[in-house]
Amino acid sequence: MPETVDMLNALVLFTNFVLIPGVTYGSQLALGALGVTLIYAVLRFSNFAHGDIMAFGTMITILVTWWLQSVGVSLGPLPTALLALPFGIAATVLLCLFIDRYVYRYYRSQKSRPVTFVMASLGVMFMVNGLVRFIIGADDQRFFDGERFIIKAREFKKMTGLNEGLAIKTTQGLTVVIALVLVVFVFWFLQRTRSGKAMRAYSDNEDLSLLSGIDPDKVVRTTWIMAAALTAIAGVLYGLDKSFKPFTYFQLLLPIFAAAIVGGIGQPVGAIVGGYVIAFSEMIVTYPYKKFWNYLAPDEWQTSSLLQLLSTEYKFAVSFMILVIVLLVRPTGIFKGKVY
Amino acid sequence: MKKTLIAAALLATASAQTANAEDIKIGVFLGFTGAIESLVADMGPAAQLAIDEVSKSGALLDGSTVTWVRGDTTCTDSAAATASAERLITSDKVHAIVGGDCSGVTTAALQNVAMPNGTVMVSPSATSPALSTIEDNGLFFRTAPSDARQGVIVSDILNEKGIKEIALTYTNNDYGKGLAESIEKNYTESGGTVTINAAHEDGKGDYSSEVAALAAAGGEVLVVAGYIDQGGKAIIQASLDTGAFDTFYLPDGMVGDSLPEALGTDLDGSYGAAPGTDSEGAGIFAEMATAGGFKAGPFTAESYDAAALIMLAMQAAGSSESSKLKEKLMDVANAPGEKILPGELAKGLKILADGGEVDYVGASAVELIGAGESAGNYRQIAIEGGKLVTTGFR
Repeated sequence: MPETVDMLNALVLFTNFVLIPGVTYGSQLALGALGVTLIYAVLRFSNFAHGDIMAFGTMITILVTWWLQSVGVSLGPLPTALLALPFGIAATVLLCLFIDRYVYRYYRSQKSRPVTFVMASLGVMFMVNGLVRFIIGADDQRFFDGERFIIKAREFKKMTGLNEGLAIKTTQGLTVVIALVLVVFVFWFLQRTRSGKAMRAYSDNEDLSLLSGIDPDKVVRTTWIMAAALTAIAGVLYGLDKSFKPFTYFQLLLPIFAAAIVGGIGQPVGAIVGGYVIAFSEMIVTYPYKKFWNYLAPDEWQTSSLLQLLSTEYKFAVSFMILVIVLLVRPTGIFKGKVY
Repeated sequence: MKKTLIAAALLATASAQTANAEDIKIGVFLGFTGAIESLVADMGPAAQLAIDEVSKSGALLDGSTVTWVRGDTTCTDSAAATASAERLITSDKVHAIVGGDCSGVTTAALQNVAMPNGTVMVSPSATSPALSTIEDNGLFFRTAPSDARQGVIVSDILNEKGIKEIALTYTNNDYGKGLAESIEKNYTESGGTVTINAAHEDGKGDYSSEVAALAAAGGEVLVVAGYIDQGGKAIIQASLDTGAFDTFYLPDGMVGDSLPEALGTDLDGSYGAAPGTDSEGAGIFAEMATAGGFKAGPFTAESYDAAALIMLAMQAAGSSESSKLKEKLMDVANAPGEKILPGELAKGLKILADGGEVDYVGASAVELIGAGESAGNYRQIAIEGGKLVTTGFR
């Protein structure tokens, strides 16, 4: 029987390297997937421009953050970017409404097939992509300030006397808390408010909802506003935790879509679950359990092998294997999404 | 009759002179577009600077002029690089080539075009160890050191610091893989242990699982054979955040001011090395670069030296033919002879014309060894107080 200290060490080790990063990355993906899924449920197309709109919202937030920093405004231990976030959200909402007005509305009036919308969103993606690079450039930008850590690994070791450290970054805490609040808000909005109910009705059956007097323009507008806000927040949280680089945001599109599809596209619950499934599957399969095992196993079972199922190069392969399996076994995703 | 004879004689001398003084063309074969276009923006002008310097001096081969012709390697697309080299050699008829830049495209252009046509290539920046042993008919040289050499440097530095165990991660391409293999080989041979040698992909959204794997394997130092503005930086960041590693070794792709600027004093105590010298030539070259309107950035000194060596070898061989100059290139680069610094190319050419010998030192203190590659001078750096400081040269 391993000693209690060893068990604690193993637990802390696992929390520090798998649980905390997994929950953070999962929350980032979940927020992104929630935006994708809302657009898909109500407007019935996969918005490929999502990653770049995330970059746009983050860019505006960064620019405002820099301005706030230059005039000496700060939030103390919290990042200044939180103050700038409303500006980022507002700009993203305006951008989305503008794009909807001049691109997607035309295709809606033509009753175009979903694939036409997808292609149009691809065009929007390139346009926003170019716009972001034109304004802020293709380089890495850091805009985090304030207290970096809630708990530092070294301090944790000193405090507890354990071998293993535990670090929680402010941004990780913020990401999880904000994601939680937003998810609760989105569910409350969809279930309890008139606009939310109208959105769900429109999503379930467009003709029937029009017959019952729901204003389609208003539903579309509300959807864009919510999706844009979620997108901007997801982008800023991701940028605070890692760093802002337009190309990385574009790359995020893949895991975000994987999350939305695995969970069941068009289903808000699915987006959340999908985000965590993708994040944790990558972590758990590629994590070497050597140290973890050695803490728990009796002396004669100690090992020098890494106990790693798959090398980290395969981490993308893992999420896509899950995607393929889900599509084969349960094509609508874990939570029965909509397939048009 | 007499007049006609004089006229004929005059004509003969005139034509003899034009036969000696020719218009020599040198290809500048670098990745003007693609993965390292930001570096090439300075490397190209550096090579051209040497060519223009010689052309203006009129000292090469009885007053020959030298012009440069650009070709694009794209750094990554071997087919495009081969086509571009084909054009330089068969259509533009260049006498020799400065380039290519990245190891993969350089190999392709050398084997598919330069060797069949017998054209000399002097690369300023291809560092793959595989190029040391490649079959090249004596046509390939490089003013950059092989990463096999860097492996030795890394191993030496780690041993001097008394490090017994390292974890190693590399960017998943020819450069990263070659360098990681070289580091692992040398370090293991010298008695050290590599706990894990894992690749990472650049441009990904999250590196927690890579860092988790590296941390689980453990080690006193994490060696990050990656790129400073790519996955390499993200891995260091995530390692610091989780407390996985405190000390990092930074190979050439990771040495730059932007890293401590981004990560601050957390990086204190880390160290590394990148090609560089504190020689007189490097200082002179930096001034020449500023006057020439470009930055003396990575591999620019090597680019200038590559072009200079080609032209000095032409002078020593008394011919602009690749088949002749390839025999002389090592001679002009190494002792014995008068030391030649950047900006003194005309002086070197005169010494050679008078039958003397030169030892070209140039901007990168170049010394060619083995099959014609730079012995390699490295600048050792450390991060102190959130700043990159030079701690020595080796």
